[in-house]
Amino acid sequence: MKYLHLVWASLLRSKIRTVLTMLSVMTAFLLFGMLDSVRIAFNSGSEVAGANRMVVSSRLSITQSLPYSLLTQIESLPNVEKVSYASWFGGVFKDNRQFFANFSIGPGYLDLYPEYEMSAEDRARFEADRTGAIVGASLAKRYNLKVGDVIPLQATIFPQKGSNNWPMKLAGIFEIKDEKRKAEENQLMFHWKYFDEANDFLKNRVGWIIVKLDSPDAAMSASKAIDGLSENSDHETRTQTEQAFNQAFAKQFADIGLIVTAIMGAVFFTLMLLTGSTMTQAVRERIPELAVLKTIGFSDRTVMVLVLIESCLIVLIGCCLGMALASAMMPGLSANSGGMIQLPSVPTETWLVGIALSLVIGVAVGLAPALRALRLNIVDALAGR
Amino acid sequence: MKRLKEFLFQLLILILLALLLAGWVKLSAWGAGIVVILLALWLALTRTGRQTVAITHIGLSTLPQRLGISSVIVIGIAGVVGVLVAMLAMSEGFKRTLEPSGSEEAGIILRGGSRVEVNSVITRDQAALISALPGIARDAENRGQVSAEMSQIVTLLNQSDGLESNAQIRGVGEQGWTIRPNIQLTAGRKFEPGKRELVVGEAAQGQFQGLALGSVLELSNQDWTIVGSFKAGNAHDSELWADATTLAAAYNRQSFQSVTVRLAGAEGLAQLKVALDDDPRLKLDVETTRNYYVKQSEGLSNLISVLGTVIGGIMAIGAVFGALNTMYAAVAGRAREIGTMRALGFKGLPVVVAVMLETMLLAAIGGLLGAFLAWLIFNGYSVSTLSENFSQVVFQFHVSPGLLWPGMKWALAIGLIGGSFPAIRAARMQITEALRSV
Repeated sequence: MKYLHLVWASLLRSKIRTVLTMLSVMTAFLLFGMLDSVRIAFNSGSEVAGANRMVVSSRLSITQSLPYSLLTQIESLPNVEKVSYASWFGGVFKDNRQFFANFSIGPGYLDLYPEYEMSAEDRARFEADRTGAIVGASLAKRYNLKVGDVIPLQATIFPQKGSNNWPMKLAGIFEIKDEKRKAEENQLMFHWKYFDEANDFLKNRVGWIIVKLDSPDAAMSASKAIDGLSENSDHETRTQTEQAFNQAFAKQFADIGLIVTAIMGAVFFTLMLLTGSTMTQAVRERIPELAVLKTIGFSDRTVMVLVLIESCLIVLIGCCLGMALASAMMPGLSANSGGMIQLPSVPTETWLVGIALSLVIGVAVGLAPALRALRLNIVDALAGR
Repeated sequence: MKRLKEFLFQLLILILLALLLAGWVKLSAWGAGIVVILLALWLALTRTGRQTVAITHIGLSTLPQRLGISSVIVIGIAGVVGVLVAMLAMSEGFKRTLEPSGSEEAGIILRGGSRVEVNSVITRDQAALISALPGIARDAENRGQVSAEMSQIVTLLNQSDGLESNAQIRGVGEQGWTIRPNIQLTAGRKFEPGKRELVVGEAAQGQFQGLALGSVLELSNQDWTIVGSFKAGNAHDSELWADATTLAAAYNRQSFQSVTVRLAGAEGLAQLKVALDDDPRLKLDVETTRNYYVKQSEGLSNLISVLGTVIGGIMAIGAVFGALNTMYAAVAGRAREIGTMRALGFKGLPVVVAVMLETMLLAAIGGLLGAFLAWLIFNGYSVSTLSENFSQVVFQFHVSPGLLWPGMKWALAIGLIGGSFPAIRAARMQITEALRSV
């Protein structure tokens, strides 16, 4: 620590070079911060807290519905604590075709999702109104919706009495505290009963069933028992944990993880080359100075460590600047992504990975020049050989 | 006063550079060719031009001594151009798969308000009414060329990772094949109406397990035999085809989802539209299949292009810093040499242009390398994504020669900025100081 001013002085030796290097490190980590946040936003469904929720859906395909009668059968199985259900609606707002999730939910669905936080009044208002709907805070903000507004929802799949209009009254707004799951605030939910009675096609069918188990250990046996109920019928089911269900769905869009890794691989490879050559050059210029340090009594190892710290410091400062910039830009990005990404900032996880990466890169690019400093022979160096 | 002058000078350079860059972005490949020719003429015919050539020659001949640091420019720019070209190739590939799936001669009829087939419902009565409407081409026996179709999404396992994903089975009518003439059978035969038989697209065969010719697929508790495969060169390649009536029976479905028709000449679409509007029983929309698929490809391919440009843009900024660093070092290393030339009477402008030329040359090499790497790694690389129809569409990265130009444009722009400041510094060096430097 007491040598910090030495490292600092060598960083300031060529200001332009240090600043330019830091800036290029910064852009690399800016990219890393944003891309990794997007990756986490896409995979966040796989880290849902309540692991003892199971999703029962049709084994045939995701668009196939299940009979309502299955519900009572599932309720009577052992280990099953609570059951509710939902049905996909797939509506859009009038004059705006931007996608957001909207579906109808059965009674008790919200009890299974305690993380969707809503005031008691809103909840009571929703339960009391047959055509009431609730939306997440992000969605409400995006379309400037207030409790009491009539939502001009348009059906794309299910008309009612031949018309696509499904007006609903906004009864409540829910919030999700977990930053990684803010994307789920982009949902609209309304009563399944309204959906079932009013739509022209589906009667007594539900899209998927949510089952809460009394213990996560029962997942395997419960999923077997549930799927056994409908075996060899025309509505065979598949029961998965909520994580597995979400993950399988996200994967079908694209392997975001793979794309991010590929791009960041290219970026960091270039970055290492760039900082590596800068460090080599910086040490080469300073050889006489390093020799003087050794002459006045610095050990070989200390000189090597000084060089290593210098390279780590450049990358680390660049990293922190880049990640901070990414954090500052994330809200704007979220607002412009049309609800695809909802992240108020860069998640802690990404920060930690970024800092760890910056240290690894710092050591990797500093190693060769540091070893050169270690092996430096005082006499040769001072003589300029 | 001196500081103010210095500040104004730097500001002027920045503005000039911004103008230059703006012009460069607008420039087409032809325009760039003309600029290169003008530059070559200037180099060959004028006195300052010939001085520039001399300085550039000296600079390039010392390049091997600065190989390590010069490679920073080349590889840095190769990275930017590689990522940019790869993303654009992905967007291009998606477009090239979806757009040819439709044609101007065929129309698709969906329930009013539905954007995609999965969301649409057309009853049997409606389908029967449609075939008699004007605007639809007729065959030799004077029947309307229509194919009432249903699309069923089924869950199959991926070849690559064994995970489940959505596949689309298209139930087609008798005329489904003739309405889409670009679909060619590559193996086996077509399904027979009334039998549980499937004909599968070649891309689907590559994407999903268990679709080999002759194998049996269990769908809705019934055995379906795969009797043939086809190739269309478009999104249909990712589908499985069956007889619509048989498929509807298997899934207990009472209605169709879309009706695809062959339009009668150029006026067909307009006639059909009027006919649909006039009949209160048919609350349906019609558009050309070309339009239908173009709309589907737009969203995703635009998203990928924008994403590629943003990511490429951020990387480009990083690469500019890298290039600046390299060229500052190069200029500093050659201070004595440049000072000597200035003392011999070489002017400032040739020094500026020479340093810029050197940077641009390195940048061009980097751009070519990046585009080549993107082509080598990604051209023809198959990926799939969830379409608006909720099923997997397989498409390939398409690294076309047309993408080389945006790539090179980016590379040279980075070179332009990265070279300019060091070049100006080189030209403004005090001769005496430069000569004294080591």
